[in-house]
Amino acid sequence: MSRFSVHIHGWLLLLPAAVLLVAFTHFPAAATLYHSFFSTPKPGRSAVYVGLDNYRAMFDDPVFWQSLANNVWFALGTIPASIGLALLMAVLVNRKLAGRGFLRLAYFTPTILPMIAVANIWLFFYTPQYGLLEQLTGLLGLPSHNWLGSRDTALACVIVVTIWKEAGFFMIFYLAALQGIAPSLAEAAAIEGASRWYFFRRVTWPLLAPTTLFVLVNAVINSFRLVDHIIVMTRGGPDNVTSLLLFYIYEVGFKFWDLAYAAALTMVLLAILAALAIGQFVFLERRVHYQ
Amino acid sequence: MNGPQERHGPACALETGGAWLLALLWISPLAYALWTAFHPAEFSVRFALDAPLTLQNFANAWNAAPFARYFVNTVALVTMVLAAQLVIGTLAAYAFARYAFFGREVVFVLVLVQLMIMPDVLIVENYRTMSALGILDSIPAIGLPYMASAFGIFLLRQTFKTIPRELDEAARVEGAGALQVLWKVYVPLARPVYVAYGLVSVSYHWNNFLWPIIVTNTVGSRPLTVGLQVFSSTDQGIDWSIITAATLMTSAPLLVAFLLFQRQFVQSFMRAGIR
Repeated sequence: MSRFSVHIHGWLLLLPAAVLLVAFTHFPAAATLYHSFFSTPKPGRSAVYVGLDNYRAMFDDPVFWQSLANNVWFALGTIPASIGLALLMAVLVNRKLAGRGFLRLAYFTPTILPMIAVANIWLFFYTPQYGLLEQLTGLLGLPSHNWLGSRDTALACVIVVTIWKEAGFFMIFYLAALQGIAPSLAEAAAIEGASRWYFFRRVTWPLLAPTTLFVLVNAVINSFRLVDHIIVMTRGGPDNVTSLLLFYIYEVGFKFWDLAYAAALTMVLLAILAALAIGQFVFLERRVHYQ
Repeated sequence: MNGPQERHGPACALETGGAWLLALLWISPLAYALWTAFHPAEFSVRFALDAPLTLQNFANAWNAAPFARYFVNTVALVTMVLAAQLVIGTLAAYAFARYAFFGREVVFVLVLVQLMIMPDVLIVENYRTMSALGILDSIPAIGLPYMASAFGIFLLRQTFKTIPRELDEAARVEGAGALQVLWKVYVPLARPVYVAYGLVSVSYHWNNFLWPIIVTNTVGSRPLTVGLQVFSSTDQGIDWSIITAATLMTSAPLLVAFLLFQRQFVQSFMRAGIR
């Protein structure tokens, strides 16, 4: 092949992917920024340049700030718990024990289900008076409580559902990583008389660092990306206590049809994701030791 | 944890017990849904051993909404997206792996942007685009933003790079063109990766909900997830037996496939994640 044809062939092979990626990732990202400086077109009045008005409105919008805060609490509530449980599950089923196949299956199955199906199942679970949770608390003699309808418990309920769905998914990455740790390390530690906890803390956990980082990044992205269960279970309510950022974008864009304001809100989400990408890159360069 | 000591005795039994307790707790919401779906409504929250089993809830759900059509739509969507992703991703991955074309490094980084900024968060602008293209409320509109997958391209590129160039050159000496080499040498050798990617892609798009609910509004284009939501939020009052049956019905194909091919699924998710 001539040097010239390498370029031509390379670009031709890339062309379909490039066109689609530009059309549905790069262009919309840029268009979001552009449209966030305009008003929403209405019948009889096309969009006009409004400068930073949408951002000013956002700054003064209590629901935006609440959705952002909710999202942070949602991330803090779901990420450490699902990663911790995933690690625990992986450690538990990484050795020979009775019914190992069933245990792995039980942990992993929620991952396969659509989030919307999961949300429906849990919606029933949380139903006032009728649901399983109410029945259990009723057996214990506790007063009836509307779990999803109460400002105090709604976000926590949604967090529990997310943890249930995600832990099994993260488990398999830990399981794979654990199986990659050489048994000779455990043997050497046994000769030295190291305790199991010491071995875990000093050998296993550091060796799992790349996996933990990978899982962490995925968990953070998911906490800003997944809002299916919010739509099904609470619609952001009560009083916006379960409104997450993407859910609010969805509501502003497709319930109130204020696409310009939705674009400004999307810019915040894009900024968060970009910061995450850069942070991951820097962190990856500096901290994690690959074997 | 490959602990230092071989474990026996009470500590080990305690750990096994804990593992089982967690598993039962984990599976209980699903078990509860199964119970409700397979029993008459009056037993939906009453656990009696003599409760009669029934398929009536499934029949009622099936007849109450056009689930047959939703199934067809979802199968069409998943097939279309996967086919496009495989073809487009294979070509792009081959270019990245084997052609030192101008701007390769920069373009590769631009492709990876999609790993962080997924179509899932660009709903507002992608909606404008679909509206401008005049294809709102159609199955291609649901699939288009996902057809070029950075994840797929990355996965296949990594795989293609591990294939020895000698195989490539040997095929070329025998007169094969670039696309023939790709088809005869690279694709067959990357088969496990294709299977892994395929399983992940199918389950992702079978389960996808937010973008489809935005871009569709008629029975003719709604996938199962959206159909299920419309069904359970409007068509039914609060007949949980029927809603639960519908929920399980829409997830059943994936769930059954998962139970049958458990090992492949888990390995695929693992391979796809770790690359």
